[in-house]
Amino acid sequence: MSGLLLVSFLFLLAGVIAVPIASHLGLGSVLGYLIAGIALSPVLSALHIDVVSIQHIAEFGVVMMLFLVGLELEPKALWQMKHKLLGLGGLQVGLTAAAVTGIAMLLGQPWSIAVGIGLVLCLSSTAIVLQTLNEKGLMKSDGGQASFSVLLFQDIAVIPMLALIPLLAMPELMDTVSGIDHGSAQGASDGHGDEGHGDSGHGDNGHGDNGPGFIETLPGWQRAMLTIVAIAAVVAGGQYLTRPLFRFIALAHLREIFTAAALLFVIGIALLMTVVGLSPALGTFLAGVVLATSEYRHELESDIEPFKGLLLGLFFMTVGATINFALLWDNLFQIVGMTLGLILLKAAILYVLAVVFRVGGANRFLFSLGLAQAGEFGFVLLSFTVANSVIPSSVSERLLLVVALSMLLTPLLFIFYDKFIVPKFVSDEKEADEIDETGAVIIAGHGRFGGVVNRLLRSYGYKTVVVDLDSVQLETLRKFGLKLFFGDATRPDLLHAAGIDSAEMLVIAMDEEHQITELARYVTTNYPHIHIVARAVNRNHVYRLFGAGAKDIIRDTFDSATRAGRSALEGLGVHPHEAQRKVDDFVEFDKYALRSVAEVYDPDVPWEENQAYIDRVNEMMTLQDELLKGNTSAFGGKQKRGWIPPAGDVANKL
Amino acid sequence: MAGVILYYIHPGHQHSNANLQMQRAVSVVQNIERVDLYGEYPRFNINIDKEQQRLVAHDVIVMQFPVFWYSGPSLLKEWIDLVLEYGFAYGADGDQLAGKKLMLAVTAGGPEKAYTATGYQNHTLRTFLTPFEQTAALCNMEFIPPYVLYNSLQTESEDLPAQHAEGFVRLIEALRDERFDFNAAAARDTIGADGLGSLLEGI
Repeated sequence: MSGLLLVSFLFLLAGVIAVPIASHLGLGSVLGYLIAGIALSPVLSALHIDVVSIQHIAEFGVVMMLFLVGLELEPKALWQMKHKLLGLGGLQVGLTAAAVTGIAMLLGQPWSIAVGIGLVLCLSSTAIVLQTLNEKGLMKSDGGQASFSVLLFQDIAVIPMLALIPLLAMPELMDTVSGIDHGSAQGASDGHGDEGHGDSGHGDNGHGDNGPGFIETLPGWQRAMLTIVAIAAVVAGGQYLTRPLFRFIALAHLREIFTAAALLFVIGIALLMTVVGLSPALGTFLAGVVLATSEYRHELESDIEPFKGLLLGLFFMTVGATINFALLWDNLFQIVGMTLGLILLKAAILYVLAVVFRVGGANRFLFSLGLAQAGEFGFVLLSFTVANSVIPSSVSERLLLVVALSMLLTPLLFIFYDKFIVPKFVSDEKEADEIDETGAVIIAGHGRFGGVVNRLLRSYGYKTVVVDLDSVQLETLRKFGLKLFFGDATRPDLLHAAGIDSAEMLVIAMDEEHQITELARYVTTNYPHIHIVARAVNRNHVYRLFGAGAKDIIRDTFDSATRAGRSALEGLGVHPHEAQRKVDDFVEFDKYALRSVAEVYDPDVPWEENQAYIDRVNEMMTLQDELLKGNTSAFGGKQKRGWIPPAGDVANKL
Repeated sequence: MAGVILYYIHPGHQHSNANLQMQRAVSVVQNIERVDLYGEYPRFNINIDKEQQRLVAHDVIVMQFPVFWYSGPSLLKEWIDLVLEYGFAYGADGDQLAGKKLMLAVTAGGPEKAYTATGYQNHTLRTFLTPFEQTAALCNMEFIPPYVLYNSLQTESEDLPAQHAEGFVRLIEALRDERFDFNAAAARDTIGADGLGSLLEGI
């Protein structure tokens, strides 16, 4: 227990110190984590902490990340990506693997080892690239989309690779290093028997593991059947079971249980995929896509997001911490040379692909520089190749350094992209990028108030994201084809998931006075550029909202009440045009009075005890009497102006 | 019997003298359609289809309004802008109003002598109404000389507006019963209550 707490403390401390510093220096969080990991590594080794096993746990962050990526991607959008996915992704993996294999053979490696190396190094780092792209808001750009296509293809490609690698096995080529546990990669459960890098056990994480279990004992057709059944279960379950399930949980109104359910869901799918021998990352990605159209999407997103962030951070730190500096110093030139060579080679191939697939402008460089590293999949494959006697551990130790170093250099490449590439393309960048999620309107609360606002905006083609806590109502409204999400809009993380960063407007239409005020305060403080239209439930609420920084404040019943008053006037025989003018006057004065009383309103004093407030209200009421009786023409008093003929025989005297 | 529609267009309804009397007097006339434009569209959201159907359904369109600043009240302009659409009232295939008659019944605050080349208004009232006349022409409508009450603001002679209102009733009834001599009227510049008799047949 104390060991666990100590490890948690160390990693959290390193992250909390290094990441904000890196962020402030403009290095990005990934580099911050990597540096934190490097700084931490002597402490960890002094305490005999098994970093590799921590890394396996942390790799689950990648699984969660792909789930979140899936949530962002509706099935339709995924289908539209199919050309990029297969073409771009397939060519990148194929060409890079072939080129690396060729070079390895030129360097004197036997072909089987060379192919193994090619497969390991052709993969890129989903964790670093997606994290960085998200951080920079580049996911929706052409370069971001192309990068994502390649990463997704790689994730899928890992599965056949894991099947292929044992066929390359040539045990006679292996050097005899003690501690290689050949059996470890066969069983998901007993990995990482030894510390060290690449010796063993990289296979038992949640990432790209072929996880042979009892399924290995089944005949081929049964295995295939089981795989299909598992995928069908994820798709069908996601489609039909999650809604009633999440609804049932949501009705309990216990936030932590919803979070628990979200975690359970992701972990459950990862386990299921491991059992049938598929990539858990792929499985959760699929589940994410299925749920992308669900109203619980944003809630799931905000529940999983912190876990994903922490686990990924931990993963990056372990990458930093596992760099074997002794080996690096001994072979400094060889390893640095290999790393730079690898990055150059991958970037060159990516660049050519970007040209072929017409990824233009700065996006071309984003794509080729961003994916030029080797990735965490590499760790997985590397341990697997060692376990399967494909690559000797003397080679794999060096490759592991190459992979880690190339990951370490990636944030620097992104900085290079920001500092030197982007400025060259500033002018055409705006046109090339398709940022289709901006300009959206978030509507918090879809009751009788927000519902009308939503209908109005949508009927004029504006994109709205509706967030409401009433899951029963959401379900009803979904039947009418409205796009709504379950969640508490006052939670910053949910607001973030709903896209507050790129939103143009927030309509606060919730029922609870206090919640409306707090949400307005939070958003005006943190997102001052967003136009807020806030619902006020009464007069004093207007003052409080004004104090919270909201400018566009609408009293929820005032307009309808004045309309009712107008109807009453008409019913009493007042000419409709005249009734309208009376109401106009009334509204005009009421606004004046509201502003006037706001000056003496004190949010910290109940109005009953605020004498200045009471005096001002009385003053306004007297003034209103005068005005509406027509005794004054102040405040636009239209009653005694307009279309009134001058008295006396004026016309003859002109 | 001709289909007559009477549009009443007055925003300052309750302050009116002459126009209110005219409205009260004409309210007893049967078998015509009456529209209080400000009463129907107090917020200016004119129902274009409904207005066009109304025009199509009638032969004689009478518009009663006070002259404000050498034109009609603002809602009348809004109505013209929206209802007399291209393709409906004018332009290619825009012949829905062709052959119909448009007559204005207006009140002017100034005395008749002001509306002369030497008076303080410098032009005749008919000249000021040229935009309406040309609107009718573009729509292939026949513009009937306006029924006019000058000096509508003067209060010394109480019987002048009353006379005008009574004449208005006779005018509308004659239009309805097709007893109005359009040919004789065409020779006039404007029509007043006193010169009305010779234009009405069978009286």
